[in-house]
Amino acid sequence: MNANDSHDIEIRHLYKIFGSESRNYIKSVKDGMTKAELNDLHNHVLALHDINLTIPRGRITVIMGLSGSGKSTLVRHLNGLIRPTAGEVLFDGKDVATMSPAQLREFRRMKIAMVFQKFALLPHRTVLQNAAYGPSLRGVSASEAERLARHWIDRVGLAGYEDYYPRQLSGGMQQRVGLARALANDAEILLMDEAFSALDPLIRVDMQSILLELQQELQKTIVFITHDLDEALRLGDQIAILRDGAMQQVGSREDIVLRPANSYVADFVREVNRGRILEVRSVATPVAANDDLPDFEVKARSKLDVVARRMTSEGVARALVRDRQGTVVGTIDLPAILDAMVNPADAASDAEDAA
Amino acid sequence: MDLISFPEMSRGSLRAMRQTIDGAFRDFTRAWGETLEAIFSPLQSLLTFLENLLIHSPWILVLAAISLGIWLLSRSWRIVVGAVVALVAIGYFGMWEDTMRTIAMVAVCTLIAVVVGIPIGILMAQSKRTNAVVTPVLDMMQTMPSFVYLIPVVMIFGLGKVPGVIAVVIYAIPPVIRLTNLGIRQVAPDVLEAADAFGSSDWQKLRDVQLPLALPTIMAGVNQTIMMSLAMVVVASMIGVRGLGQPVLQAINQQYFTMGVMNGLAIVAIAIIMDRTTQAYGHRLQKHSEVRK
Repeated sequence: MNANDSHDIEIRHLYKIFGSESRNYIKSVKDGMTKAELNDLHNHVLALHDINLTIPRGRITVIMGLSGSGKSTLVRHLNGLIRPTAGEVLFDGKDVATMSPAQLREFRRMKIAMVFQKFALLPHRTVLQNAAYGPSLRGVSASEAERLARHWIDRVGLAGYEDYYPRQLSGGMQQRVGLARALANDAEILLMDEAFSALDPLIRVDMQSILLELQQELQKTIVFITHDLDEALRLGDQIAILRDGAMQQVGSREDIVLRPANSYVADFVREVNRGRILEVRSVATPVAANDDLPDFEVKARSKLDVVARRMTSEGVARALVRDRQGTVVGTIDLPAILDAMVNPADAASDAEDAA
Repeated sequence: MDLISFPEMSRGSLRAMRQTIDGAFRDFTRAWGETLEAIFSPLQSLLTFLENLLIHSPWILVLAAISLGIWLLSRSWRIVVGAVVALVAIGYFGMWEDTMRTIAMVAVCTLIAVVVGIPIGILMAQSKRTNAVVTPVLDMMQTMPSFVYLIPVVMIFGLGKVPGVIAVVIYAIPPVIRLTNLGIRQVAPDVLEAADAFGSSDWQKLRDVQLPLALPTIMAGVNQTIMMSLAMVVVASMIGVRGLGQPVLQAINQQYFTMGVMNGLAIVAIAIIMDRTTQAYGHRLQKHSEVRK
């Protein structure tokens, strides 16, 4: 496989200006005109500003931002629902931005499926018919479409509800139908636009678990849009933070929490329960040659809070960190764990108060 | 200067203008009248066939067929029983044949209005320009006194069924066009986006999403169209359409009160039957929106 037909999605220098004469202003924007100037002088909206992002195949990439940050606009560039003003969206050697309408239809039918915030199910069709929608558009035979639909309805836990209409189901169940509809398309890429944002908190966590469980086995390229940091940290193998149409930081959850790229991201992650996000391997100290190793062992990918609980209940102060292959990653002690669980910014402001 | 009387065109030039236009239209009628009649002759045959079928079949069969049709559309025994009672009374009071003619006429007019109107409504929903062109035409069709467009229709086709059908369709088609347009425009944008995101072609989007979701609204338009065709039967009888309208017209001319009321009530009865039936059908189309299983 050469670099040009990678199944990663490559977003390169993507700009989107909303307005009737967007193309006239792209040069000024590239030369440094700001969002506010564009809006005041020309009444055009700069929605995305020089976005560069690699979305690796088979992983979950979360694009996070507050409302108006451009995250929904960005995700719609991936399947061509919105065309960029400038830039490229490359997948498998093709640029989605320059596909013809016929090519786009083909791409959407075969390669990329989508789950929507407001479910967007077909209200006049049953659960079964909704799930069979994608395959039926592809021209798959009716019996095969039904087989696929039943399979995925079963996988999202809706067996028995095939003949219900969407309006007869709760929000959580409707979104399971939305998920089944997208999965029945058997596409490599799954776009999820605030897919769980309209659900109650408990149902939301439930749906996240279903998604993670399915992803273990499916290994799809998932692009998940959310404004909820907890959701982003729970789901994202890679997290991209967007603000006012500009990318703030792209990284793993440890990168985002431990090494925020700027004060905006730092503010964002300030309230995070770090103990539940961080894995011990990220704070373990490497073993020196003549170190004496503790007997108590913990797994490298365990979260800090779980490890802290185990260590305190066992009454040990120091533990050996081993990864799945059994290699020693390092050692960890309780003060280091506590230190990592406290946000440095909060610690600093407390120290000032005390003084 | 005289500010009271409006500065008019001179009588001579006004007359000349009218004569020129009338002359041109008369020439057009002479040149194209027969061709147009030939084009519309299948309409005449269809209407005659349906009339004969309803009038010359045994009445009990006709009644059974109509009841079955109403049952299939409405699934309501109340409406079926009401219809049977009304039709039996109509027959008993000697209006069976005229009623059958009127039903045939309304059926054909509605069919044409639907076949022509729904595609126009779809085109209007797809394109702003079509919408901008068709809307004022519809406004004109609905407000222009019907007698005015009866004149050219009669000049081309003479008296009879075909001009009657044309006049009725012109009068009754606007609701089905407008409500088709409205119904399609009201489809939720997020559902349309989903259809796009799954790779629907325009035709698939129309077939799978827009038309089914607009159908209850379209049915409301069809219902209005049926009601308006029925209202037009009396006017159409002035240009030779036979049916319940003719005795009403006769009753006006000769001041037969009872005859007028009876035929009028027969029209009302048919209108109510058709209205309830199509409404019940419209409700059935929205079954999916009920919350309970």
